[in-house]
This record gives sequence, structure tokens and C-alpha cells, in this order.
Amino acid sequence: MKYMLLIAIDPTDMPEANADGGYDMSAEYYAFTQRIIASGELVAGDPLHDATTATTVRVRNGSTTLTDGPFAETKEQLGGYYIVDVASLDRALELAAEIPGAKGGSVEVRPIMEMSGVREAS
Amino acid sequence: MRRFGDLDVAEEALQEALVEALVRWPREGEPRNAAAWLTSVARSKAIDRLRRRQRRPDKESAAANLETLPADEIEELTESLDAAGVADDQLALILLCCHPALNNDAQVALTLRSVAGLSTDEIARAYVVDVATMAQRLVRAKNKIRTAGIPFGVPHRERLDERIDAVMQVVYLVFNEGYASSREDAFIRHDLCGEAIRLGRTLHALVPDHAEVTGLLALMLLADARAPGRLDAHGDLVTLELQDRTRWRRGQIQEGVGLLQRAMSTKHTGRYQIEAAIAALHSAAPSADATDWTQIDALYQSLLRYVPTPVVALNGAVARAMARDPESGLAMIDEMIDLDEMDRWYLLHSTRAELLRRAGRVDDARAEFSRAVVLAPSETERNFLSNRLAALD
Repeated sequence: MKYMLLIAIDPTDMPEANADGGYDMSAEYYAFTQRIIASGELVAGDPLHDATTATTVRVRNGSTTLTDGPFAETKEQLGGYYIVDVASLDRALELAAEIPGAKGGSVEVRPIMEMSGVREAS
Repeated sequence: MRRFGDLDVAEEALQEALVEALVRWPREGEPRNAAAWLTSVARSKAIDRLRRRQRRPDKESAAANLETLPADEIEELTESLDAAGVADDQLALILLCCHPALNNDAQVALTLRSVAGLSTDEIARAYVVDVATMAQRLVRAKNKIRTAGIPFGVPHRERLDERIDAVMQVVYLVFNEGYASSREDAFIRHDLCGEAIRLGRTLHALVPDHAEVTGLLALMLLADARAPGRLDAHGDLVTLELQDRTRWRRGQIQEGVGLLQRAMSTKHTGRYQIEAAIAALHSAAPSADATDWTQIDALYQSLLRYVPTPVVALNGAVARAMARDPESGLAMIDEMIDLDEMDRWYLLHSTRAELLRRAGRVDDARAEFSRAVVLAPSETERNFLSNRLAALD
């Protein structure tokens, strides 16, 4: 079963850019990622730039509104995600607890809907 | 459940299998391994249900139709299933219903429905909610199990301990819900204390060497043993010190004490064993005056290390007051409880009121009793507190 692990953290916990503008993944995140690559459980994963870089799009009655910022103004903001493929929720929860962001922030574990495929219009 | 990940399908299939057993066994004789027979028939019924759901025609279904085979042939097919397997499934079911990914309301509802076998109606009445709400709660919980992939099975040692903790918490919640309601209420609402004790016995039978599980069962038996003394002929609450101890269930107290001794011999102490020890000291005292309050006071100090909550602090303060004097109890309340934050808590006021009364501070007691009356959650308690207030004058 596939799960998305959504990492919500205090913005001040995000990594700082280094001298050439790149970002160094912390040693802990690197170690975790390597572990789940090795175990074959990793499907995907990325850190996200912080919520101040977000733009939110809403379309109402055919008209598009853009907002500077994330869709919800909360103290904890989305900082990254992993998609894992594991046997059951218990394993997904174990992995979530190993994510460094879980220590100060929260990791939401959500099952991914298995879509049976797109039906093409004939 | 192990194969299908869907509690509804498994449940319905088992019920159908049981119905079939009721019909066929008198005719054909009970199979040697009844549990195995039931499981295999239930399994084939569950397969049929799932096939019907997915609407996939299966050419093998005729050949695999175990229901039409005579009982002794089914037995041969399922010889590998044994009693230990069935017990394993029972533990797995309890663990499933109490999985930490489900909230307390969901855990309680599922456990009472799928483990204790109460109807949705009975559970709704027990928790004083309407049936539609309780039904919805069960549907959501089962949906979460299926959609989020909560697994069915017994995990290994380290995980198992955490999961058993969750089960104990659920059983304790059910017991407390039953204990807190007045006896006449319980008659209409269902004997939740009895259900909790039954659940406790089932769990204890599954993990007999688990000290805290044993302790929890002991605690419930000891507390419930006092039930016949808790209400008087008018249905009013009687405080512990005034209860007619001859009405307490002595056999149940003996059983509780025996279990507690077993638990304590393992030297793996914990909150339920400490609470049971407190209950045992109350139940063993032949009269209120003979109660060993000094020991109880010491036990509450231990309990507070495991459960540092206002409820425990309040009860500990009462023990402190009884072991020493009312002022010591009041001092402990002031020290440990934020009076502003907990101002809407009626027990805080009723307890302070009683201690103030015993300390001779009548005006302060009057104010506290009045506040407690306003905040009291049931008529039984309101009457009790009003009587106390009136008795001051």
C-alpha cells in the first residue's frame, strides 16, 4: 500500500541555503532517505521551499484568484513529503516516526487512493 | 479478517457460519475441531461475499464451495488450524479494535461491538447518544481500518506491549464510564462495568503473565465488588465511609486480591496494580475506621509518578487528609491543582467543600458546596451535594 508522509514543521526548522545557493540535506534526513531506498520502500520524496515562497490558486465561478502564501495560515507548515510503498499502516507509522521532522513538528500519514486508470473518451 | 482486511465482511461471514453451525451440527453431529470448522466455513463465505462485491465471476467457486461438504471432510481439510490459532485471532481482533490510529470513541465502539458483541443500539444507549450517531462512528472506524490499511495480526514483543497498553486504556475507559454512572442509570444504560470485566478476563486469558493486565482485572473486580453498597434504597449515593460493607461482594474481593498478589509477584509494577492495591486496602477494611489511610496515602504518591493528573492528585489529597488532617489535604490540592483552570470541575469543589467542612471552615465550605451543586452533572449527585450543603446549617 502506498502512503504519503506529509511533513509539517515550524518554518524556522528548514535548512539554510549554503554559499552557492544550494541546500544541504541534514545528515539525519540523508540517512533516513538512504535507509528506505535500500529497503525498497521509497517511491518518492522531496523537501519543499518554505511557505513564504508559496502561491495559492483558487478558481471560483470561473474566476481565478492568486494568494501570496500557503493555503492555510498555520504555525506548522508543509516542509516536505515522502511517498512510501509498504505492507500496512503500521510500517508507514514506524517510518513516519523516524523522520527528523516528527521530533519538533508533525508527520501526517495518508493512504494514497489507488486509481484504476483513466477512462478515455471514445 | 487476517485475509480480507475488512472487519464487516469477516464479521458477517462468521455470523453466517455460526447460523449454519446451529442448523447443521444437531443433524450431523459437532465436528471434532469446531473452531477450525467455523473458521474455514466463515472463510469460504467471506470469499463468496468479496467476489459478489467485486462482481468477478469465478469459475472455481463451485469446486471451492466448502459449505456443501459434510462436516468430517471439512475437518480433514482444516487440520492445520488449531486452538492456538483461534486464540491468536482473538487477541489480534482486540488489538485491532484498540489500534492507536483510531480515536478513543472509535476504539470503545468497535471493541464493544466486535469483541463484546453488543448491538449498536445497546452501545448507543450505554453512552447516551442516538443510534445513528453510534452507527456512523462504527462505519467511520471500519472505513479507516480498511482504507488506511490498519493490519490484523499480533505484533512482536516491543510493539505488542504498546498495543496492549492501548487495549487496557480502552477497557479502563469502558469500566469508568460504567462506574461513574449511577446504578439505576446503569440498569437502563447497560452494565458497562460487567462488560469491561468480561473484556478484562478475555485479555487476561490471552496474556496471563502480563502484570498490568492482571492488575487491571484485579482493580475492576475490587471496585465493582463495592457496587451493591454504593446506592441506598432511595437510589441516592452513599459515600465510601458510610457504605454497608456487608453488601460488598466478598467472593469478588477475594478474587481481586488473589489476582493482585499474582501481578505483584512479577515485580513489574505499574499504575493499574497501584490502583488495585488502593482498592484492595479499601475493600479489605472491615469498617471505614479500620482503613489503612497511611498506606493509601503512600500508594497515591507512587501513583502520581505514573499518572500525574488532577484526578489522581484530588484523590491523593483526600487520602492525605484522612491519613493526617484536613488542612494537609487542602494544602495538597492547592499545591497540585490549578484552581482557576479547573474551576468548572465539580469534583474539585465538592472535595474542597468536604475538607473545609471537616477543618471547621463552614463559610468556605458553604461556598464550595454551592458551586459544586451548580456544576454537578447528574441529579443523583446534585441531590447528594444539596443535602450536604443543607446539613452545614
